[in-house]
Amino acid sequence: MRQKELRLITTFHTTADALACERACKEQGFSGRIIPVPRQLSAGCGLAWSCEPGKEEEFAEFLKEHGVEFDEMATILF
Amino acid sequence: MGEMRRVYLDNAATTMQKPPCVVEAVTAALTSFGNSGRDTGGHALDASRVIYDARCLISDLFNLGNPKQVVFTCNSTEALNMAIRGLFHRGDHVISSVMEHNAVLRPLYDIEEDQGVSHTFIGVDEKGRLLVSEIEKNIRPETKALIFTHASNVTGNANDLHAIGKIAKKHGLLFIVDASQTAGVLPIDMQDMNIDIVAFTGHKGLYGPQGTGGMAIREGIDIHPLKSGGTGVLSYLKHQPEEMPTHLECGTMNAHGLAGLHASLNWLVKEVGIDQVHAHEIALAKRFYEGLKDMEAIRFYGDYDTDQRAAIVSLNIADYDSSEVSDQLESDYGISTRPGAHCAPLIHEAMGTVNQGMVRFAFSWFNTEEDVDYAVKAVRELATDI
Ligand SMILES: Cc1ncc(COP(=O)(O)O)c(C=O)c1O
Repeated sequence: MRQKELRLITTFHTTADALACERACKEQGFSGRIIPVPRQLSAGCGLAWSCEPGKEEEFAEFLKEHGVEFDEMATILF
Repeated sequence: MGEMRRVYLDNAATTMQKPPCVVEAVTAALTSFGNSGRDTGGHALDASRVIYDARCLISDLFNLGNPKQVVFTCNSTEALNMAIRGLFHRGDHVISSVMEHNAVLRPLYDIEEDQGVSHTFIGVDEKGRLLVSEIEKNIRPETKALIFTHASNVTGNANDLHAIGKIAKKHGLLFIVDASQTAGVLPIDMQDMNIDIVAFTGHKGLYGPQGTGGMAIREGIDIHPLKSGGTGVLSYLKHQPEEMPTHLECGTMNAHGLAGLHASLNWLVKEVGIDQVHAHEIALAKRFYEGLKDMEAIRFYGDYDTDQRAAIVSLNIADYDSSEVSDQLESDYGISTRPGAHCAPLIHEAMGTVNQGMVRFAFSWFNTEEDVDYAVKAVRELATDI
């Protein structure tokens, strides 16, 4: 198994929210990708967004601005 | 660097690759079908004929003996909801199992709350096999039905429908089977196995399009309709007509999807044969299991000593999160699998994998030995380097 890295992981209640997040990030040129929800976080819809750690508050703000509802946000090793 | 190989091993979720005849049938239907059952124009009749022929093929597949008792829905979840919500009354009791998918569990929890219908879930042994001997002990005077999946979508273990059907017959109980993982894979004979209702989904082992499914219902069983609406016939009746299959079908049918299911059923039964398909899939699953079983870091779930099972191999690597393993298989090797809970919470509780989940590999007719060997190599690499 590869080395784990610190990532900012965001989970969602629905798949639609996760895909709305992906679309908003792509449009802004933010890097990141969809991953299955890590077990430390509640399972939610099964999809999570993984991106560079740090700037958690800004990212939450960015999602809110784009009308994307999310469940949890956490910086964990994945 | 060349393009990464892509191997799809999430066939228990849906068979991604469909036979070319299915693609052709749907494409042709999209430019030729009118609204089935609504008029007698040639285009509408074309749709009606294909749907009727699909009923005949399903009736034959499960040895139901009456195509009018085949109802089409958009998937097995809808069929199971119709059956579970439309058959029982306050005070009734049903017996089911911890192997069930949420398509059975959630309607059962709902009718417990809304209709006062109680349930008992039969457990499994350490390999995830149903404790069949527990069924009879849990039958009460108010027990009305046995509701069991044919095979677990998590462990792949299949239940002995003959044995359960005998118990149902002896005690005069309805026997409802969730064949989501086994329709088109393992033989199901409703008459021989005393089954009253088989719920199936079109997009897994039947190799049809998503949005198709249904149930085969033994004659004389009255399911109260979940929905009512246009049927194209008996338009002046205030309620849904009593005649089957109209009793349980309303609104415009998914004729385009059913054209695909019709083609896949013909392909499956008349061209390749379901025994052939199962033999191929199970050989691949075995090859995968055999290729990994010596690895100490890998833990398998399910009973791999029999071929009477779905072509599913679920495992974990040491105590790694199944999501991490599945993600690495996808991103580093292009292998699609399914981690987590697989919509079947009770079997994960029984197997002790609520926290870790499992990584599920599921094989189809369109997978090859090369796919398996590639996946074995990938998992071996991940399980060595820990
Ligand atoms: C055992 C079992 N039951 C029910 C279902 C539900 O199937 P569908 O999503 O096609 O309704 C599935 C598939 O996910 C399953 O594996």
